[in-house]
Amino acid sequence: MSIEQCEHHIISFGKLTAVWLVLLILTGLTVLITRIDLGGYKVLGALAIACLKSGLVIAFFMHMRYEGRLLRWFLFLTLATLAIFIGFTFFDVLYR
Amino acid sequence: MSQTGHKDYAGDKLGMWLFLFTELLLFGGLFLMYAVYLDRYPQEFAAAGHQLNWVLGMANTMILLTSSLFAAMAVSAVQQGEKRQAVGMIIGTILCASGFMAIKYAEWSAKISHGIYPGSELMKAGAPGESVFFSLYYLTTGIHGLHVLIGGALLGWVGIKVSRGQVHKHDYVLLENGALYWHLVDLIWIFIFPLYYLML
Repeated sequence: MSIEQCEHHIISFGKLTAVWLVLLILTGLTVLITRIDLGGYKVLGALAIACLKSGLVIAFFMHMRYEGRLLRWFLFLTLATLAIFIGFTFFDVLYR
Repeated sequence: MSQTGHKDYAGDKLGMWLFLFTELLLFGGLFLMYAVYLDRYPQEFAAAGHQLNWVLGMANTMILLTSSLFAAMAVSAVQQGEKRQAVGMIIGTILCASGFMAIKYAEWSAKISHGIYPGSELMKAGAPGESVFFSLYYLTTGIHGLHVLIGGALLGWVGIKVSRGQVHKHDYVLLENGALYWHLVDLIWIFIFPLYYLML
């Protein structure tokens, strides 16, 4: 059975380029935010922007924005697994 | 007309995503190690990170973001039946990948020539936190670099299929999956860059 063209959302070059520009700006922001002496918050700030960037890549470049519930749930499950994996390790590491 | 074979677009894509999730967990493990040792050696990590060139790191970040743009455009192009555009975009992606690897090669050889590599005399003589940072740096960027090479080769192979018309607007999941793998490579680097290069 062949795939019907209309089933699949096609992202325009324009939209992709717009996302790319935002990603470049966020990259610049990451560099700026780490030039200021914020101490530990530097890491938090840089990681927060990295999460935003990856969110954009996953949503638009990887099409997740237009995918069904199953894929999105699996993604959520994976990220939750990672969070538990890293978070629970720190329940140990932080209290040694 | 007989069926050339059973096609399962949704299944193909789901399979690729499941594989990508395992990749996320693989690199997640590497980032976990970074986090634990950062907690143990904060000063040494900052000092060691200082020795990496953030301008090169930023250049590589922008190169990979651009390569991701091209890969996504390649998929859109094939979906619209624009074969030549799609092949052009794939070539663009691979050129970006080569640029990335060239910079990575320059960085690694510079460090190695200064005696900074896992097990070197300099690392053995220095602070433990510093050698851990660099071991993690080589391990993570090494495995990431391997993925860049694999991703590039994969896209090259798919690009040939696109140019031959074997991947086209009614059957393009091969390109879509190749692009998904490529975006993962970009995603990992999005985290590597601030953690290793901007920890000054």
